[in-house]
Amino acid sequence: METFEPVIVAFCCHYCAYTAADMAGTMRLNYPTNVKIVRVPCSGKVDTIHMMKALEKGADGVLVAGCLDGDCHFKNGNTKATKRVAFVQKLLEEIGIEPQRLAMVTMSAGMGPRFAKIATEFTEEIRKLGPNPVGAAKQAQAAADKVA
Amino acid sequence: MITAERKPLAEIIDSIDDCRRILLVGCNECVTVCSAGGRKEVAMLASALQMDFMKRGKTLDVREMTLERQCDPEYVEQLAPYIGQVDAVVSMACGCGVQEVAKRFRDKRVFPAVNTKFMGASEGPGIWAERCHGCGNCLLGLTGGICPIARCSKRLLNGPCGGSSHGKCEVSDEIDCVWQLIWDRLKELGQEDRYEEIIEAKDWSTERAGGPRKIVREDLAQ
Repeated sequence: METFEPVIVAFCCHYCAYTAADMAGTMRLNYPTNVKIVRVPCSGKVDTIHMMKALEKGADGVLVAGCLDGDCHFKNGNTKATKRVAFVQKLLEEIGIEPQRLAMVTMSAGMGPRFAKIATEFTEEIRKLGPNPVGAAKQAQAAADKVA
Repeated sequence: MITAERKPLAEIIDSIDDCRRILLVGCNECVTVCSAGGRKEVAMLASALQMDFMKRGKTLDVREMTLERQCDPEYVEQLAPYIGQVDAVVSMACGCGVQEVAKRFRDKRVFPAVNTKFMGASEGPGIWAERCHGCGNCLLGLTGGICPIARCSKRLLNGPCGGSSHGKCEVSDEIDCVWQLIWDRLKELGQEDRYEEIIEAKDWSTERAGGPRKIVREDLAQ
């Protein structure tokens, strides 16, 4: 069986997680290439539909990475993002998709090692969960269409 | 506004399980304001339904549309070009919208995706509370602008019952005793005398007791 390499979409706030990812690189820290970063102006800018669409299009895991509590550049975008993540997790549960595929994490711009650690741990967690059932079904459908 | 809440996904999925193409229709009015059935909620539901179907090895084509007002036939007509392409319509509007769609497209199944709740006002982001019962004979002028019909659990018209305690209703600690609110407001207005005025037994025929209601404005009706 092929080794499963999950696709992780990480919505990273420009003011913290994105810079932390940059710092992880500057510090020559390794983190899995599975994590695809989307820079956003604030984690509060990540709408529920963005999280859903990422999973619908086949991502195996989605991270929303914002600033530490009380540190949001726009005052409370990170707390809004936390609530939205919880909302989408419930929705995922309703359709039988593991809510752990979506997570909210926080860090400061200086926490390069934390970004690398979270990226590694989350990738492993998703690897354990296996492929997103939606993505797997899509691939099977595409393969069937090809044969037909 | 008319408030609503999305139905459990399992119920919605169950209603359209045999469908391959649906028209998912939101409304730009009340249900948009109470975040139950506007453009955004339509997109979220469409995504969730498609994921559920894909996960089960099925496909579901969802055409998303959000009408300006689903309770007006002029806007419902905008669905006509697409109605033939779908197996069913799923409406995220209040019950009025669902019925307008069902009335216009008689050969098409229409399913509600929200439970219509009450006429309410916003108490803050994400919180809506009942404010009007639509009794058809407004008493707010007598009660300091606070409605005992919609907000008293027993719809009492002349002061609180024995269950009022520390300003709360005996039904739940989360419900204010509306007669406490009315009294506080009358005091603020210096109109405590109003509290002594007896409100006579209400004529409920203007409410649902008189059967389904209708308003006809002769100057506007054609």
